[in-house]
Amino acid sequence: MIQFLIDGLINGAIIALGAVGLSISYNVMRFANFAQGEVMAVGAYISLAFVAMMGLGIGRIGPVSFGWPLLVSMMFSILITAIVVLVTDQLVFRMLREKESSRITFIIVAFGLSLIARNVITLIAGGDQQFLSFYIPRAVEVFEGVKIVPDDMLILLITVLCVIGLHTFLNQTLMGKKMRSVAENPSLARVIGINVDHVIKGSWVLGASLAAISGTLHAHITQLDPEMGFELILPMFAALIVGGVSSLYGAVLGGLLIGISEALAVAVGWSSYRGAVSFLILILVLVLRPEGILGEKERDA
Amino acid sequence: MNQTSKENLLEIKSLSAGYSSQVNIIRDISLWVNEGEILTILGPNGAGKSTLIKSLCGLLRFTSGSILFRQNEIIGLKTHQIISQSIAYVPQTNNVFSRLSVEHNLDLGSLANPQIHDQRLEHVFELFPDLKRFLGKKAGILSGGQRQMLAIARALMSAPAMLLLDEPSAGLSPLFRRQVFEHVKKIKESGVTVLMVEQNAKAALKVSDRGIILSDGKLRLEGAADELLESPEIGEIYFGTQAMSSK
Repeated sequence: MIQFLIDGLINGAIIALGAVGLSISYNVMRFANFAQGEVMAVGAYISLAFVAMMGLGIGRIGPVSFGWPLLVSMMFSILITAIVVLVTDQLVFRMLREKESSRITFIIVAFGLSLIARNVITLIAGGDQQFLSFYIPRAVEVFEGVKIVPDDMLILLITVLCVIGLHTFLNQTLMGKKMRSVAENPSLARVIGINVDHVIKGSWVLGASLAAISGTLHAHITQLDPEMGFELILPMFAALIVGGVSSLYGAVLGGLLIGISEALAVAVGWSSYRGAVSFLILILVLVLRPEGILGEKERDA
Repeated sequence: MNQTSKENLLEIKSLSAGYSSQVNIIRDISLWVNEGEILTILGPNGAGKSTLIKSLCGLLRFTSGSILFRQNEIIGLKTHQIISQSIAYVPQTNNVFSRLSVEHNLDLGSLANPQIHDQRLEHVFELFPDLKRFLGKKAGILSGGQRQMLAIARALMSAPAMLLLDEPSAGLSPLFRRQVFEHVKKIKESGVTVLMVEQNAKAALKVSDRGIILSDGKLRLEGAADELLESPEIGEIYFGTQAMSSK
């Protein structure tokens, strides 16, 4: 049972990271970015490209099944994914903002971009499954009956570091403070002299970085294929809504909850209903606490 | 160059503005604000008072005419560029970040030059000692009057030369209303020029140097505050246009 919990935690951690990215764009830019899954996929494929360049299976770190090339590739992937996203913003979303387009337009455009991204990935990398590393979950027994995979622990560690980093960023840095003010009330943020356009660019970079990290980690424990973004977006939205859309930390909680409950479903033998479990939780939360677990009711309707 | 005593801090020349290119809410308004004075803009509901103050901050898409701040044209500048020229604006409603702490709200006021933060905070606490007690609390728990104080305090954190207030006394209890006007007077005494839009004509004019009366988007009357207080035309403009619009 504990084994399943740990598995769920790892999956949940990856969903959580992606969902936080989604939450940032939802709160700062006020639209549901249906392309966030594809941003993760792009991040994963860029990591793949760099790993391929540097060579697989070298520079192994301790008991972990991947070496430093993956971590270095992930850094490059963060950088390039952020640039791709910023260029897209400049070419597409900036125009929509200037025209003061409705939220629906933003969502549809994001959806369109996700389709484009999926096809561009297929065009460049091919439609077959690819592997980032030879992930062999070689478990180490830590307690009687509890085995952990060193890779999983590293993934958890990266997630925890990301969440701590994000918390510090949002509370201590100038850009973080501006982001929180734009998230709460963009028109007030504008009139007190905040350059909202800068903040939006910052939030794209932040969301893309988290997506690149979670996409790479997801690809490491599973595999890469052009549809991966589409498969990830649904549990991420579920995580975001369960945790509370208006809270950045809600997404983390929601992600872990979804990951663990999916794993528990497998544990009790409902493995074919695995995907349905997150939606069951989603429905329960929507009925009992529509603003999400950590969410606040919207005041400015 | 150094005629500070006579210099206009703000000069508006034949300003027209609106939310669409066809309909101007304010039309052909010219006025000036002297350095160090309180100028109050009065007028019935829908006269265009808020539109006028918003157009000064670059919040209207369609503006024509000229707005000179310290002799520099500010029409066409983005809002954050205007605010960075030491103008601070306090909107009428939703003017604090209720999910952020009082301290965080104040910090946001001095974002442009953080080095003045500590010194400004001291100054702001002198004016609004009450805020000290709530520093770590979320701004959402404050009462309407306290929120108004916080919003004005945040505006002062940037050490503005000019403060724009949109109906600072709206929706407040009589006690807080009196306090707000007393604060406005103190703010002026600390060297800040104030341009304020108000509905409470009498209370506002009592602390003002000059007043301007708008109705139907046009400037109707302009003069020294004490003269306007005596003027019979005020009532006429208020009630006259209101009777007309109710037809």
